[in-house]
Amino acid sequence: MSLLDQEMPEVVMTPDNIRSKKFPLVQNILVAVVAFVVAAVVVLSTGIGNWVLVVVLGGVLYLAGLNFVAGRVEGKRAARNRMWQTAIYTACLLAVLPLASVVWTLISKGAERLDGDFFGSSMANIGARDANGGAYHAIIGTLEQVGIATLIAVPLGVLGAIYLTEYGRGKFATTIRFFVDVMTGIPSIVAGLFVLSFWVLVVSKWFNDGNPQYSGFAASLALTVLMLPTIVRSTEEMLRLVPGPLREGAYALGVPQWKTILNVVLPTAAPGIVTGVMLAIARAAGETAPVLLVAGGLSRINFDPFSGGQSSLALYVYQQAADASKYAPARAWTAALTLVALVLILTIAAKLLARRNKLTR
Amino acid sequence: MAKRIEASNVSSYYGSFKAIDNVSMTVEPKTITALIGPSGCGKSTFLRSINRMHEVLPNARIEGRLTIDDQNIYDPDVDITAVRRMIGMVFQRPNPFPTMSIYENAVAGLKLNGVKKKSLLDDAAEKSLRSANLWDEVKDRLDRPGAGLSGGQQQRLCIARTIAVEPQVVLMDEPCSALDPISTLAIEDLMFKLKDRFTIIIVTHNMQQAARVSDKTGFFSIDKTGEPGRLIEYDDTQKIFSNPSQKKTEDYITGRFG
Repeated sequence: MSLLDQEMPEVVMTPDNIRSKKFPLVQNILVAVVAFVVAAVVVLSTGIGNWVLVVVLGGVLYLAGLNFVAGRVEGKRAARNRMWQTAIYTACLLAVLPLASVVWTLISKGAERLDGDFFGSSMANIGARDANGGAYHAIIGTLEQVGIATLIAVPLGVLGAIYLTEYGRGKFATTIRFFVDVMTGIPSIVAGLFVLSFWVLVVSKWFNDGNPQYSGFAASLALTVLMLPTIVRSTEEMLRLVPGPLREGAYALGVPQWKTILNVVLPTAAPGIVTGVMLAIARAAGETAPVLLVAGGLSRINFDPFSGGQSSLALYVYQQAADASKYAPARAWTAALTLVALVLILTIAAKLLARRNKLTR
Repeated sequence: MAKRIEASNVSSYYGSFKAIDNVSMTVEPKTITALIGPSGCGKSTFLRSINRMHEVLPNARIEGRLTIDDQNIYDPDVDITAVRRMIGMVFQRPNPFPTMSIYENAVAGLKLNGVKKKSLLDDAAEKSLRSANLWDEVKDRLDRPGAGLSGGQQQRLCIARTIAVEPQVVLMDEPCSALDPISTLAIEDLMFKLKDRFTIIIVTHNMQQAARVSDKTGFFSIDKTGEPGRLIEYDDTQKIFSNPSQKKTEDYITGRFG
């Protein structure tokens, strides 16, 4: 008897018999039915909970029962495998459930105001009794603010990450990396307050005859503060994944370091960098607090991000959801749907762009 | 065009660790020189010192003199990229650029160093791929990714890429260790062909390969781990493999090492 046989006496397979019995599906279903019936009886008869507890308890009982019953039939190892497999599939399902629910809720509730008026008009002169009114001004605001923030944050972030991976050595680089990590944890309201006290209350006066003023650009600055650390860290990780021999291969051809980074390292890491940038953009597009603090929110259309308040989709959702008008919730849902769709479209476009130019694999 | 390499009293360091100690050797133009020795004996480090690839790693530095046709490549006013353009290198694992096609890989060195004219690049691509014995296999799919080739083909693509910039010296760091015997043979044939134009130095663990391809052989060894590697013997390949003058060399070659 080998050591394995002694340690795992329940293993029915031997060198002479490498087949094992399979646990039939009927019995599997039977275990499930029994588990949930038992759970229902226990929970409902004692009155300690409702159907939610039945499902949870039933699930736990099913996994335990599966491990036990299947263990009798096909051996302990196979049963454990079956149990974990079931647990993992369940976890996967549970993780996708909220997402599906969110998408479904957005679509079903957002469809009501999905009309031309919503995308073509603002909230200017819309009273509590008006059923129309739209988010055109908020869409403009989101696009401009996130656009400007991206234009500032992407070059800064990518160049910063290049410094950290390709050039930065010693204390200075370590310090920068530490502060980037600290920046990752900055709450958006703090970024908003920072821009409020620095830009809106101080710098914006210089351009506006001594009066402080809200602007979409101030919101962009706050979003930049939020996007930068995400972009730096994700880009840094992606650049680190580019194998050293690729760089050496280029150096060995007499290619200078900056050209190597530009033509070999960055293209190799491009898809990952784009994913990181899109995550940052998605986060920035969903921010409400900084926009409220430094752009103020405006109900009419303001194309100029550098002067006067602006709204944004996230802020619009917040305001409409809190509005007393009975027509406001529908507008909030449609704006939320628009925001999600916008981020989705941008993400898909960016992925396609990153793959264009790439060789067919 | 091939050049003579002269190393005198070269020592390489990684930080405070001395990897090779006091190596001196002269490599004649248009010859193949093999560097053999046990793992960790510093032969790769020495090879990487010749085209200043050693210093890519942080805190790596070298002492001593390394000249190419009497120009010291470690002079402070030397342009590293010029040295590397003159002394190409093929690595142990094939490393074609993954975002580039076969064609782009072959002319990467030229393109990235500023050659723009398509006709020049086309000629250079064909010439270098032919020199690397790869043209016939890839001429119909030059726009396919270089990383999609087999290991042996990838290594020949890297050789094509290296010789496309027309260096004077080609350094090879165990170029066949990841390849099957047929691809190895293809690369050895290639080395004989390239010998007319380049000075070649190859690091190899395969002693039959050293005996087959090289004119001269250098044997590196270390006394024990942590000690720097030394050049024990450097002589005609014929002599090293038939009648070495050092006991250590004989032990290593006959498999009685250690």
